[in-house]
Amino acid sequence: MNENWTLFMRNLRDFWRAFRRNKLGLLGGFLVLTAIIVAVCAPLLTPYAPTDVIRDANGRGMTFAPPSVHGPLGTDDAGRDIWSQLVYGARISLTVGFLAGFIAMFVGSLLGTLAGYFGGRVDNLLMRITDVLLVIPDLPLMLVLVATLRQMDLHISPLAVLIAVIGLLYWTSTARLIRSQVLTIKERQFVDRARAIGAGHAHIVRKHILPQIMPLIVANTVLVLSIAILVESGLAFLGLGDPTKPSWGTMLNFAFDRSAVANGAWWFYLPPGFAIVWVTLGCVLLGNVLEEMLNPRLTAHHLEGDQNMIAIPKQRVE
Amino acid sequence: MSTQPLLSVRHLTTEFHLADKQVARALEDVSFDVMPGQTIGLVGESGCGKTTTLMSVMRLLPANGRITSGNVYFRGNDLLTLREYEMRLHRWKDMAIIFQGAMNALNPVIKIGDQIREAILLHDLMDHDAADYRVDELLELVGIPRARRGQYPHQYSGGMRQRAMIAMALACSPSLLFADEPTTALDVMIQAQVLELLKEIQKKLGLAIVLVTHDLGVVAEMCDSVVVMYGGKVAEYGSAELVYNQPQHPYTQRLLESFPDLNRSTDPSAGSGQDLATIPGTPPRLNALPPGCRFSPRCYKSVEICTQIAPNLVDMATPGSGARHLAACHLLNGTEIEDL
Amino acid sequence: MSLVTIVVVFVINFTLFRVLPGDPVRAVIGRNVRISVETQQALREQFGLDKPVFPDQLFDTFGQWAQGNLGVSWSLRRPVSEVLMSKLWNTVLLIGLGQILAIILGVFLGLMAGWKRKTPIDVAALTFSLVAWAIPTFWLGIILLAAGSTWFGLPTAGIVNPENTGKPLITILPDLARHLFLPTLTLTILYLGEYMLIMRSSILEVLSEDYILTARAKGMSNWQVLWRHALRNAMLPIVTLIALNLGFTVSGAIYIETVFSYDGLGKLFQTALTKQDYPLLQGAFILLAVSVIIANMVADILYAVLDPRVKET
Repeated sequence: MNENWTLFMRNLRDFWRAFRRNKLGLLGGFLVLTAIIVAVCAPLLTPYAPTDVIRDANGRGMTFAPPSVHGPLGTDDAGRDIWSQLVYGARISLTVGFLAGFIAMFVGSLLGTLAGYFGGRVDNLLMRITDVLLVIPDLPLMLVLVATLRQMDLHISPLAVLIAVIGLLYWTSTARLIRSQVLTIKERQFVDRARAIGAGHAHIVRKHILPQIMPLIVANTVLVLSIAILVESGLAFLGLGDPTKPSWGTMLNFAFDRSAVANGAWWFYLPPGFAIVWVTLGCVLLGNVLEEMLNPRLTAHHLEGDQNMIAIPKQRVE
Repeated sequence: MSTQPLLSVRHLTTEFHLADKQVARALEDVSFDVMPGQTIGLVGESGCGKTTTLMSVMRLLPANGRITSGNVYFRGNDLLTLREYEMRLHRWKDMAIIFQGAMNALNPVIKIGDQIREAILLHDLMDHDAADYRVDELLELVGIPRARRGQYPHQYSGGMRQRAMIAMALACSPSLLFADEPTTALDVMIQAQVLELLKEIQKKLGLAIVLVTHDLGVVAEMCDSVVVMYGGKVAEYGSAELVYNQPQHPYTQRLLESFPDLNRSTDPSAGSGQDLATIPGTPPRLNALPPGCRFSPRCYKSVEICTQIAPNLVDMATPGSGARHLAACHLLNGTEIEDL
Repeated sequence: MSLVTIVVVFVINFTLFRVLPGDPVRAVIGRNVRISVETQQALREQFGLDKPVFPDQLFDTFGQWAQGNLGVSWSLRRPVSEVLMSKLWNTVLLIGLGQILAIILGVFLGLMAGWKRKTPIDVAALTFSLVAWAIPTFWLGIILLAAGSTWFGLPTAGIVNPENTGKPLITILPDLARHLFLPTLTLTILYLGEYMLIMRSSILEVLSEDYILTARAKGMSNWQVLWRHALRNAMLPIVTLIALNLGFTVSGAIYIETVFSYDGLGKLFQTALTKQDYPLLQGAFILLAVSVIIANMVADILYAVLDPRVKET
């Protein structure tokens, strides 16, 4: 184990201690964790499957039933329990979001490292690509891509299409971040020294660069995750998800298309959105705190001074 | 003394409240006088409180700064008793300040001429046209061609920016100028120019200057009196001649020795010949100050009492000479002073 | 540089839509009509579809696009450019209104939050921005739609009531306002947070600069310093942000126009997608992409004008 990794481990422990003191970060972690737990334990949390229709005493489906003893969040237009849909939907939303986020992180980190490390033409190429991607409006592009891919009869599940499209479009911010960080690290002497000894590129990247950018990657990934989840919900709302495996966004699509608003069925359209905010907020808080801890910025503020400057006990300033 | 001091700082104590509820005593019991038309040098290592002193006098401390005791008399009025809006009237009109590194001290998106004019118009000294004329006058005074008044800070060289700052500082004809390390960020040739300029201006306008620096050479060239600070306290204070030729405080002695061309130590045990002496150790942390004399951990003369009780300033000047030469060291046999 | 981007966008557009399956000829004619092979061939020739895709079709299409000819919509049987233009102003109105309000409020709140750092107003503003960021656009739209229509009787669809279409603007202003209220409110709430955050961090950065201290040393009051020095410098990043935002606002428009059934470009895009009207889709895409590019160019120029340091390079 070379010293960089031991240093990394020690930093990790200090980090955890500092993290515990930050309330917002803990809140974020709590939010994300509960969402994950709910998703994993879905079957344990509800007796119904999301597709079961709840019937009343006469055997008729209880459509648009408000929250009651049968279903804590009421039923949808066909009598299916919303709470069940919500907890099972967690699985879809989180899976798609996480996978897409990880793809984005992976692609971004890889490209960013390559660009930063090798510089020159590779770097230029990457910068051009990110510039172009930045300019193209994201949602229209994604809509078109998803439509294209689905039409191509490639037998890929709609969710996989979503994951791929989101992942392949949101790596740019990670790439830029990692690239600039790698550039800074590269400036430092030990990379040149290692090269002088004859260390190969892979070795240098693995032992010197990776440990230093890892924390940043982690912090950035969490933020990218939040975006991925939001985007997935949006695309699903527009109907591009998998109706047989509804995520929270798909639930909102159902709610909207099936006149939940007109019927006043707030329990249909409020909970899924609330869940999305829950998880997204959690990721953002977590990510912000992580980033703040890795990149603390303490700045002066020249206009804050007046109030308490003179603290001379006897000579009071009226 | 027949003339009243322009600025009279007495027992100034300033604290900073740090992040984890700790308190750093940046200044303690700092006292000195500035006579009209004279230059006083404020010297010491980084972090010894020089800049904090200036900021305290002008009441420009950051949010966590507190002046906890003392008086700052300007022409007899205690500035610390004024309300903020009253203090504003004194700023720039009576006392102005130039910072080190003028690049950041000037607003990058406003023309230099406009920034200078703003200072004039702010204090209602004259109307627009007269102000414009005055800006040209000031630029000429510092040797900047008038044609360049419409340019921006990034178009000036480092030395020019510093001169522009000086021009701006003089806009309201203050009687006191604070210069915080005016030459530190400049290369040697420009340094000389700026210093010459300051001397010239002082002669012309009868300006009093408080020159903060860690460069003893600058002080030797320009200052009438010197305040040597260490760890937030005054270590030695007196006329430049006395302090340089007969330094009393061990710190001052070491400081003078560490400057190769000012090797005037009178202490025979100070070390051999022309070796560049350094002072071992580091300055004290202001939130964890040692009891007793703040210099004692690094002082080669320190004895037991030095680590227990903080020394008071005593006057080492020849009685009846009319001058004052104060130093704070237990090992000195000076006259006790009452009014400082 | 921007030219390169435009070309790249064109290429992407072209390739993308050629990949999409669906026989253009069939779609134009309609599904159930039987046509002879010769007629099909003739039609193909007419549309230039018999020539090789690359380079002939590519450059032909580019030429047409450059001239503003974006083809004919399959579903609407009208030239694409005409369709786009008719819906463009609706979206511009909505987005424009929402953005302007968000900018004004956001910049003001950001200024307050940064100036009075760590006070309750700052904390409240930060919390609001944080939460607003996590709220999906369309969900907020749905909530406001439900609340607005149930509690305030605000309309739920369209730009104006059907009987008012085509009437001069002045007469239908109240109706227009009622229809615009909810979607604009949604947009404003969502974009407010972002502007506030940027302004806040920008102002914080400016207030830590030495020239602010100089300004105070000159004897200015806090207000004067803020107004004369801090604001000017802090507004610069906002200009860039506004331009960049255009790209993302378009996305927001798609959601909002869908939720509020607002007849603008966003809704058009969505319908073109579902109806597989590729010329229309393609045209809309080009329009959106090009407008973002233009907005970025404008932002660059504006920034150069406002920041004297840029002129030097």
